[in-house]
Formats: sequence, structure tokens, C-alpha cells
Amino acid sequence: MKNPAYIVGAFEHPTRKAETKSTAQLHAEVAYGALQDAGLQASDIDGYFCAGDAPGMGGLSMIDYMGLNKLRHYDTTESGGSSYVIHVGHAVEAIIQGKCNVALITLAGRPRAEGMQTGTAVRSFGAGVPDESFELPYGRTIATMHAMVATRHMYEFGTTSEQLAWIKVAASTHAQYNPHAMLPKVVTVEDVVNSPMVADPLHRLDCCVISDGGGALIVARPEIAKTLNRPKVGVKGWGEAYKHQNAGGIDLTYSAAAMSGPMAFNKAGVKPADIKYASIYDSFTISVLVQLEDLGFCEKGKGGQFVQDGGLISGVGKLPFNTDGGGLCNNHPSNRGGMTKVIEAVRQARGEAHPKVQVPNADLVLANGKGGNLGTRHGCGTVILERE
Amino acid sequence: MATQAFDRTPQAPAESPDNKPYFDGCREGKLILGKCKDTGKVFHYPRHVSPFTLSNNVEFVEAKGTGEIYSWSVARGKEPFCVAYVKLDEGPIMLTNIIECDLDALACGQKVKVKFRATEGDGAPVPMFVLA
Repeated sequence: MKNPAYIVGAFEHPTRKAETKSTAQLHAEVAYGALQDAGLQASDIDGYFCAGDAPGMGGLSMIDYMGLNKLRHYDTTESGGSSYVIHVGHAVEAIIQGKCNVALITLAGRPRAEGMQTGTAVRSFGAGVPDESFELPYGRTIATMHAMVATRHMYEFGTTSEQLAWIKVAASTHAQYNPHAMLPKVVTVEDVVNSPMVADPLHRLDCCVISDGGGALIVARPEIAKTLNRPKVGVKGWGEAYKHQNAGGIDLTYSAAAMSGPMAFNKAGVKPADIKYASIYDSFTISVLVQLEDLGFCEKGKGGQFVQDGGLISGVGKLPFNTDGGGLCNNHPSNRGGMTKVIEAVRQARGEAHPKVQVPNADLVLANGKGGNLGTRHGCGTVILERE
Repeated sequence: MATQAFDRTPQAPAESPDNKPYFDGCREGKLILGKCKDTGKVFHYPRHVSPFTLSNNVEFVEAKGTGEIYSWSVARGKEPFCVAYVKLDEGPIMLTNIIECDLDALACGQKVKVKFRATEGDGAPVPMFVLA
């Protein structure tokens, strides 16, 4: 046992449309699933982590709903879809500091059942948000803001729509083996670039799905992980970073992963070339491209060449990614994809991914989450996991 | 192919004491930047706190209202319009719309100039840009 903490439980909710379940119920169901996976009891949980998708004040209502009675550590760090990747790092640190032994992290939501137009509606966080006076009048959406990242990438580096499309092709190639995937049909580059334009230069098939569901993780200290009958997946490196408009000095060509990635690699003492599998947050195809570059899997500006011709397809390319189909094809519960990124990375590290997409001897894997808006302000969390 | 930008009426910006100098400027047809007097650097969006030093040693200055498109996208749909980041000649990049343009002929680097657009109700006008 050479890592400071271990992901001992991981569970992804099978639902993609939860019309008859509440958000609180989904949180509890994924928590139970992760406990079952780990072979632990609810009474073992002494640390709880959740983010803005949890109903109520922070996590207090969920602690009440789930009847968690032994908590001595609690963290509601909110960074959108990257929260849960960041929570893994925080859980490891809490365990190192002796604040808890068994940390539960949950995510759940039902935007699909609620009819949310996630990417194309103008969203507000309510009164008093200082930046919104300078943004809402312009009708900005998640889609147009990410699209501007793509426009600038194409302008500076010559990236093409066809190269971005390869990211979707890879995700769909993997999704065909996932019985729960919302979009299990394999698509071609032509399918992507011929799908309707949503926000130039992003087409409908450059965008992730809107789905209900959730996921949970359990992080435990080595002494506990040792006693459980599951593969030992240690957290070897972790990092978090935040990026914003920088007072008018925004540079759209990179994400906060340019900072969180090196933190995680330094902590783990490994290099990008050592990583056998990567889960990369895929709200849009362009999100993946920018993160791959920022994490050092290829040079800045060379992401297009890296992903084209099946570069991300398991068994074909240099770096198998999102073998569950990712947000682009599988699911994007509560519009927050970081949790499922970690879960598929755990499956790969355990050797429990679908046999058609399992990477041989995936003993060193990475998951990166991005949350908030790539075109305005966001946070990234990176974790590097090692199977012992 | 040419697609004329839809002339949408923007929602009114939420005004506050913090952003008052900016929207007062908009009502007078002036594009306002924040300026940090500690560092001499200008910034967008204007606020009463310097995003460089966190001090309140700031003033508000008028920009020329010219710049170039840093990046852009078109929200497609029945009423298509352009969302853009414009890099002002003074340096800061601001979120805006490019209006009165052919949405199929936009490019990074195109020169633009400010044009104020009325918003809903009695809201302050907001700066948008047309091709220069």
C-alpha cells in the first residue's frame, strides 16, 4: 500500500432519465451503490463531499436525508462539473490529515426530466453576480462560449472541424459497447460536420448529451482499503486550478488544466507519456482538445493532429479516452461530467471496463474535470490513479 | 451565402452602485474602462476594486470604442446572432455582440467599432460592435 488513499468504491447510476425519482433519492442510490461496490456500510462514512447539485444548503440536507451520523469532515467545494475530481484530491488530503477515514462523494441530478436546455439557454446564477451585468445582455450560452474557444483555436493553430469531429467518433466507437449509453450509434467525421450547426463552429454532434443520473465514489485510507476485496486503486497525484477572464486579459487557448495537470503529475512523479488511459471532460469536442494539450499529452496547438485518425480510440490510438462513451455519447448527469470521468478511470484501472475497450494493464490512469465555462471562468481538477 | 444578424433586443443589464460608472457612461454613449491607479493598467469589466491589487484605488476612463474581433460564434436558430469577444485598442477583451453584419463572413482580427444598443424597458443601453 504505497499511496496515501484509495478509491475503494465507485458507482454510476444506470438511469439516463429519472422522471420518477427525486434528486435526493438519486444521491442516496449512488451512495449505496458505491458502498456495495466497496463492501462498506453507511455507518463507516465519516467524511462527505458534494457540490451545487445537492439539494439544500450545501450538503446539510443530504446528510440529513442519508442519515449520516458519524461525519467529522465535510466539504462542499463547488466548481461545477470538476467538483468531484477536486473532491477526490480534497478527500485524500483530509485522510492524510486524519480528518476522516472513509469519504463519500456524491453527484446526482435530473436536468433531462426537468426539460433543461443546458447549452443553448441563457443561464443566470441570480441577482448580484457581478459579471452577469456584462454578459446576460449579450445572450451568451454555454455553447457559444465554448464555441469561441474553438474559433480561436482554429484561428491560432489551424485546427479543423474534421479534427474536432474525430473526438466524437472516438467516443461513439466506445459507446457502442455501453448498454446504458444514450447515443450508442457509431458516427463518422462526416456525420459530425454535417449535423446542424448549434454555435459556429460547433455542430450538434460536437455537444454532449443532457442526461439525468449521478455517481458516487468512496475514498478510504490505506489501512481500510487493504481489508477490502477489491482491486487497489490508489490516488497517486491530484491538482486543482482556476481560470477566469483576467480583467480583460483572457486567453481562450488554454484551460485551468494547464495548471492542475502539472500539479498532479509532479505529485505522482510520472509523465504524460506514462498514462495508459485518460478520462477527459467532454462537454464539447473542443473541451477535450484543449485539455489534452494542457495536460501535456501533446504540444499546445497540436491537439487536432493528436486526435485525428482515431488517436483517442481504444486499441487504435495513442491515448484511449472516455471508454464509456463519455459525456458526448454516454451521459452527463446533472450537466456535470467530472464524476463519471473518475468512475470510468477507476473501471479501467481495475480492469473492469467493457472487454472491447479495456486498455491492457491500465495500471496508471488519469481523469480530468472541467467545470464552469471554458470561455469565461472555470475550475479544473486532475487526478492520477495507480493500480497496485 | 449570407445570413443577416437578427436585430435582437437585449435584456437590460442589472445595475448596481458597483457598476454605475460603466452604465452611466453607456447612457452618455461612452464606453468606460476601469483603471487601476496602483499599476496604471486598464481593465474590463469596470468595478470599484482593482483586479490587479485588490485596492479601491481605481478610476474610470473612456475607451476609444475601437478594436478587433478576438473570437466569435453565432448562436444558430430562427433568430441567429453573433456573440464575440472584442479586443479593444486599449488592451482589454470584452464580451459583446457583433451586429448589423453578415454572420457568414465573420473572422478573428476584423476591425470593429462600438455602437450602443437599447435594451428592454428602461434598461441602460449596452455596447455592441459593428464592422469598422
